[in-house]
Amino acid sequence: MLILHCPYCGVDADETELAAGGQAHIKRETVGSSDGDFEEYMFMRQNPRGVHFERWRHVNGCGKWFHAARCTTTLEVFGTYSAQTLRPPQDLLTHITGKRPGWSFSQWLETLS
Amino acid sequence: MKRYSAFAIAREAARYHQGWERAWASPEPKKKYDAIIIGAGGHGLASAYYLGKNFGITNVAVIEKGWLGGGNTGRNTTIIRSNYLQDPSAAIYEKARSLYETMSQDLNYNVMFSPRGVIMLAQTHHEVRGYQRTAHANALQGVKTEWINPDRVKELCPIMNIEGPRYPVLGGLWQARGGTARHDAVAWGYARACSDMGMDILQKCEVTGVTSEDGKVTGVTTSRGDIGCDKLGIVVAGNSGHVAEMAGFRLPLESVALQALVSEPIKPCMDIVVMANTVHGYLSQSDKGEMVIGGGTDSYNNYTQRGSFHHIEETVRALIETFPMLSRLKMLRQWGGIVDVTGDRSPILSKTPLEGCFINCGWGTGGFKAIPGSGWGFAELMAKGHSPLTAEFGLDRFKEGRFIDESVAAGVAH
Repeated sequence: MLILHCPYCGVDADETELAAGGQAHIKRETVGSSDGDFEEYMFMRQNPRGVHFERWRHVNGCGKWFHAARCTTTLEVFGTYSAQTLRPPQDLLTHITGKRPGWSFSQWLETLS
Repeated sequence: MKRYSAFAIAREAARYHQGWERAWASPEPKKKYDAIIIGAGGHGLASAYYLGKNFGITNVAVIEKGWLGGGNTGRNTTIIRSNYLQDPSAAIYEKARSLYETMSQDLNYNVMFSPRGVIMLAQTHHEVRGYQRTAHANALQGVKTEWINPDRVKELCPIMNIEGPRYPVLGGLWQARGGTARHDAVAWGYARACSDMGMDILQKCEVTGVTSEDGKVTGVTTSRGDIGCDKLGIVVAGNSGHVAEMAGFRLPLESVALQALVSEPIKPCMDIVVMANTVHGYLSQSDKGEMVIGGGTDSYNNYTQRGSFHHIEETVRALIETFPMLSRLKMLRQWGGIVDVTGDRSPILSKTPLEGCFINCGWGTGGFKAIPGSGWGFAELMAKGHSPLTAEFGLDRFKEGRFIDESVAAGVAH
């Protein structure tokens, strides 16, 4: 079972206490965007074998949304962070690169657009 | 290939079974093929089979990273039905179901198709309305289903408690010619037939890249060397996103774990398939006597081929009200597979931005039942560039907003 640390209330929450909210750092499109951009926002998703950034909600706890960095092939959790950001904190990225040499956030972000 | 028959069994019995051939060959890769299919699961092998059978294209390789049928083809709950709401889905799933009817004869391989009947239980008033609507849609589509009342449900499945306090059974959508088949045999039967047509099935051969020239596919690089091709079909389920990236395009899908479990074997107690979408569970009894139970998907991206432990509890807990006898059973095995789920929960059978490269993916949680129909349509798409079966399942539908919205129609188990 996944255990994620809620950065808001400080609880180490079991998977059953949480709700997965899909990919993080999606650029929201709205009125005036092109069909392609809107498709990107609505349907295109990062689906990496490896490091992934996601939104989670501490639904049976404090109720807050937060972000998590996780590996989809080992289920290792690298860390969690506030949802009020456009980019994961640098110390988390450094931590992930230490564990996955050669990996970079820009590479993950690149395939996003 | 020597044909399997009662006579063959008698002949081999008389000579200590020394004369059985290997069911399919294990050749070395050639330098170039007319067509390559990546993925030797049910869908990939069926695609290759119909390329040969319907279009005479037999210079084909089916490339598989692991072993044949070792992915979702060997991990599903073997249910076959075609009671879908939307016309394009009903067409392709009904084509598949009708091909299952004669598959054993067509392939000369016993796939143990058992049209024992499938009920989709309605346990809320919302589901009653939904399934009645599906029954009407099926009547117009020529798919034989009917709406049945709770007494008929009880008659078809006596072990069911239809008066549950939380989720009483209010009726069901009954498809009498739905059922199950032996999932491995479907892959093995297609593989044997493909090999017999002269196709190469290359197991333990991992694709590491897709090569192209001027926007047109030229072949693949693999762990067993470079292989050229004129046409490429990507049929790799949960790993579709990964392989598509090699070919230089993205897909609107996410890979998640779906799991199932079986109980210890017991005497025959249920001779139909029951799907209970409200409680996220579906159930049938295997020929060995095990109760085969399927659950829902995990909600987060995952490539580990195992599901969350708590989902087992949720699935079984929910089923126990409707099937009280399950509470006394020990569960024997549990396993997971990685399914690729699209935004509208319908598959993608499509051309891609790379010319000559085609993709068959997004079957999500309901691929096994579709294997022959998917292969039939995808082979036509690869051979002719278009197919009436796959026309609505193109990649462009997400941009154009032409969804085939089965997530509304099918609920969880799709």
